[in-house]
Amino acid sequence: MTTALQLPDAEALCAALADAMRGHIDPATTALVGIHTGGVWVAERLHEALGLKTPLGSINVSFYRDDYSRRGLHANAKAARIPFTVEGAHIVIVDDVVHTGRTVRAAINELFDYGRPAKIDLAVLVDRGGRELPIAPSFCPHSLSLPAAHKLALERAADGGLSFQVIEK
Amino acid sequence: MHKSPQLNKHGELQHLLTIEGLPRDVLTHILDTAAPFSEVAEREVKKVPLLRGKSVFNLFFENSTRTRTTFEIAAKRLSADVINLNINTSSANKGETLLDTADNLSAMHADMFVVRHAASGAPFLIAQHMAATGRDHIHVVNAGDGRHAHPTQGLLDMYTIRHYKADFTRLTVAIVGDVLHSRVARSQIHALITLGVPEVRVIAPKTLLPTGIERLGVRVFNDMREGLRGVDVVMMLRLQNERMQGALLPSTQEYFKSYGLTPEKLALAKPDAIVMHPGPMNRGVEIDSAVADGGQAVILPQVTFGIAVRMAVMAMLAGN
Repeated sequence: MTTALQLPDAEALCAALADAMRGHIDPATTALVGIHTGGVWVAERLHEALGLKTPLGSINVSFYRDDYSRRGLHANAKAARIPFTVEGAHIVIVDDVVHTGRTVRAAINELFDYGRPAKIDLAVLVDRGGRELPIAPSFCPHSLSLPAAHKLALERAADGGLSFQVIEK
Repeated sequence: MHKSPQLNKHGELQHLLTIEGLPRDVLTHILDTAAPFSEVAEREVKKVPLLRGKSVFNLFFENSTRTRTTFEIAAKRLSADVINLNINTSSANKGETLLDTADNLSAMHADMFVVRHAASGAPFLIAQHMAATGRDHIHVVNAGDGRHAHPTQGLLDMYTIRHYKADFTRLTVAIVGDVLHSRVARSQIHALITLGVPEVRVIAPKTLLPTGIERLGVRVFNDMREGLRGVDVVMMLRLQNERMQGALLPSTQEYFKSYGLTPEKLALAKPDAIVMHPGPMNRGVEIDSAVADGGQAVILPQVTFGIAVRMAVMAMLAGN
């Protein structure tokens, strides 16, 4: 066991992320897409805090993962919901944590099956390093370093409060 | 542990050969997995890359339009390469055995066989042969074998019922018609009972019922009016004239009079009962056009749901 890691305050990071995005997005036209499951929770917060007009989208990258041939289909895949026109849109992909970048790669591929966006940004609460693909967040209020065997997971309590947990794989 | 030849050593689906013997959680998992696949059809690009680079062989030793087409669409929406083999132009006509055909196709690096055959057990035989010869990476899906099973039809029927009725454990379901020749009926009965439907009825003349059908846990009715009373779901079966031997029925007109689903007979079911049919329909034989085209029929949604269910089955198998 390592010494107890000081985990960032997820609620404070949501507010900081919204502040970082304000001024770089157009509330009338920018669309948010959360990645199931943690990314959807963060996207819901951002959507409200930024007062966006475009309905919130969500995607599940289970059908696009690059480890399908080794790990099979993930259980309990949720349907994607893209309630706006992707063609020509400015889209911000939202996730809780960026790590290897593979999930983001899958999400970008999936979005292109709905049309050709004008621009895609990436907003995450935490960048934990360990990238395996040339992907960088556009908006990210916090960075930290974790051993590869640890998973940083966002959890939502019954009252809706968000918090980070570390799970040893 | 399960000894079913369709499960691998981890208890995951390796093949889909029959619904009989599959535990409830496996059936529910397939239905749950199918739900997100139905959304893929609404996209600009109706494809996901799960089976990219895989070869799916549709081996149809018996005619089919709907099933073969929906399997083909499902495989293509998963980005697989699909090869359709039509028996009438294939070497089976020249005397090649079933297993030789399978061996030759597996030498072409097949990843999955979707098999329809007039002989019960043909897909089992291929799956066993693949296992016995160390080709565990090849998956077999039964697309209908003889009178035995048609598991993806059974599953898409369950998906349809769950879509309209939600809770299996409060339903009364009637299966009506030519149960004797029907692999669909067998798959439906196993699925309904496994999913906890408390009352499954079978309605048919005695000549079109297999002996001992009650042992599957169904209530048998020879009078259609009596059997339809208060049901939530009516599942019609096609009268399989091509499989009839001897005089099982006086005439199709007589059959329609006693066992054809008319608006008047349907009125005996619950007012919100749904009507299903696996297709192809014989209008005026087992179903009246007024019912087939009426507001309670969910026959076309069954076809649409069938694609999502087949996508889910193929994606699950190929990933296990």
